Amino acid sequence: MNIVVMLKQTFDTEARITLDEKGKINREGVSLIINPYDEFAVEEGLRVKEKSKGEVTVVSVGEAQVQEALRQALAMGADKAILVSPGGMEVDEYVTATILARVIGSLQYDLILAGWRAIDDGSAQVAARVAEILGLPMVNMVTRLEVGEGSVLATREIEGGNEVVEVPLPAVVTAQKGLNEPRYPTMRGIMQAKKKPMQKMTLQDLGLDAGQVVPKVRAVKYYLPPPRKPGRIIPGEAAEAASALVRALREEAKII
Amino acid sequence: MPGGIWVYAEQKDGKLKKVTLELLSAARKIADEQKEELCAVLAGRDVAGLAGTLGEYGADKVYLLQSDALENYTTDGYTSAVTALVREHQPSVFLLGYTVLGRDLAAHVAQRLDTGLFTDCVDVRLEDGQLVFKRPIYAGKAFFEGVCPEARPVMATVRPNVLPVNPPQAGRTAQVIEVSPQPGSIRQIIRDVVRQVSTRPELTEADIIVSGGRGMKGPENFRLLEELADVLGAAVGASRAAVDAGWAPHSMQVGQTGKTVSPTLYIACGISGAIQHLAGMGSSKYIVAINKDPEANIFKVADYGIVGDLFEVVPLLIQEFKKLKEQG
Ligand SMILES: Cc1cc2nc3c(=O)[nH]c(=O)nc-3n(C[C@H](O)[C@H](O)[C@H](O)COP(=O)(O)OP(=O)(O)OC[C@H]3O[C@@H](n4cnc5c(N)ncnc54)[C@H](O)[C@@H]3O)c2cc1C
Ligand SMILES: Nc1ncnc2c1ncn2[C@@H]1O[C@H](COP(=O)(O)O)[C@@H](O)[C@H]1O
Repeated sequence: MNIVVMLKQTFDTEARITLDEKGKINREGVSLIINPYDEFAVEEGLRVKEKSKGEVTVVSVGEAQVQEALRQALAMGADKAILVSPGGMEVDEYVTATILARVIGSLQYDLILAGWRAIDDGSAQVAARVAEILGLPMVNMVTRLEVGEGSVLATREIEGGNEVVEVPLPAVVTAQKGLNEPRYPTMRGIMQAKKKPMQKMTLQDLGLDAGQVVPKVRAVKYYLPPPRKPGRIIPGEAAEAASALVRALREEAKII
Repeated sequence: MPGGIWVYAEQKDGKLKKVTLELLSAARKIADEQKEELCAVLAGRDVAGLAGTLGEYGADKVYLLQSDALENYTTDGYTSAVTALVREHQPSVFLLGYTVLGRDLAAHVAQRLDTGLFTDCVDVRLEDGQLVFKRPIYAGKAFFEGVCPEARPVMATVRPNVLPVNPPQAGRTAQVIEVSPQPGSIRQIIRDVVRQVSTRPELTEADIIVSGGRGMKGPENFRLLEELADVLGAAVGASRAAVDAGWAPHSMQVGQTGKTVSPTLYIACGISGAIQHLAGMGSSKYIVAINKDPEANIFKVADYGIVGDLFEVVPLLIQEFKKLKEQG
């Protein structure tokens, strides 16, 4: 079973966000991680491979620093990595998906895994767009995956419960928290990763011309939220404080 | 005349989701300013009865997609049926709720239509004849505003519980247009559905949320929060520490890798206020924190804080709220 994992490198969840002089999100000096949901996707890909043989390929659209995230996935056990650089061009979800679908379309795959959302400026749509471009069925927000002959059985989160969905392979499945516990790379894995193939590609290599990668949406501006104004600590013993709090919620905030 | 401003009317078990009413209110304003019709898309098996409510909340037209094949949501069935309808009528704007269903459907439909989609918006406004969409990014640490200059319809999902709902107009009706849906071949076969029965509101729609963290000390103590929640008609949430400890299911987790909520009131009990937790609840209108550590980060964002032992404070709060309820 050949598995492709779409992997995005995101800001660390602790990262402080600032704007640069052009009013864009400042990327200088921010520590970067694998999007946590994509880490579940990598782990799941490895587990499927370990049961059924085949290869795990991780693909990403991004600039040179993304190699670090891809190396980490290789160190976990993925077999090869492909990084496509958009060459400094503006991208939106449509463009990213167009590029990813082009790369994945040139590979052999039975199962495509992704995160259900990127935690940075992600918007829970790239995986769905890729599935549409490739004409594949998708199951979103999966917490349990059983791979069978020619189909998968996926448990997904829905509002107020879960459902079990069967789809034929090849298919796109997105990972939700709970799917698995990602492994840490071992020392040996890290050493081996250095020798695994990391292919770097440009849009030209993929045969994509400028007209095919025009974003649908355009950013007008970025800004930081005003800081929340500090509140107050309600003094006194527990009983006193509790009744003062309830009074404040009723009389000041007027919400109870 | 252009094909109108469209809203996806999401229903569950024959009831409209609250976000649908929020969308109708926001879209009504855009429709009036643009002099376009406001149309709702209502899909399911036996849902015609909801069309009246959609009219009262501002819809001019309701496209009714009813079929056995649409009884349960499937990505393929709904994407095909909704895309066909959009292709036929060519709306200029199409809004959905940022819900489990809405975001899946929106992304698939947007790609089939080769158009742009803004996710998880907290505001939509008309500026010089162009719609500007505002959405939080980096877990609420920044905002993005964007436009979709050419592709149509411009699509967006809107975060529940953020936009206000206009009061309904009794007697206002929408023209109902029955369409025979084209769900096509559906590749997702639903083998089983497990619903947790809960009398409490959905976390993402709740007006009040009572949430517990590692300070709850164990799963059994969540009953205390449930009691407080029931007095307030609230939902119960949890921090990741509580979820990872197995005290609460992941469906209750609030934060960057859990749910994003924006209730009127969020009561955090025994939660330190890590940045990843704040990411999920920082847009709550009022935050109350109960924590025994006066230095806890949660106090930096709380409107009201009580420094104390939650096992002492929460039972007192339950009493106080009960008293208030009895007074009416
Ligand atoms: C990639 C990533 C994603 C994450 N996503 C999330 C997420 O989605 N949601 C989330 O919540 N976290 C998330 N986290 C984890 C986050 O960093 C914190 O570890 C977590 O929020 C801590 O939970 P807590 O506040 O319950 O526990 P703690 O930080 O341990 O705080 C417990 C608090 O309870 C107080 N307390 C203890 N006993 C009592 C008592 N008797 N009475 C009153 N107060 C008491 C303590 O003073 C303390 O402040 C994420 C982390 C990472 C790295
Ligand atoms: N630039 C990218 N490179 C590779 N995969 C991506 C990229 N952007 C998004 N994805 C994948 O699509 C998922 C959803 O991303 P998003 O739609 O941006 O929230 C992510 O979890 C990744 O699996």
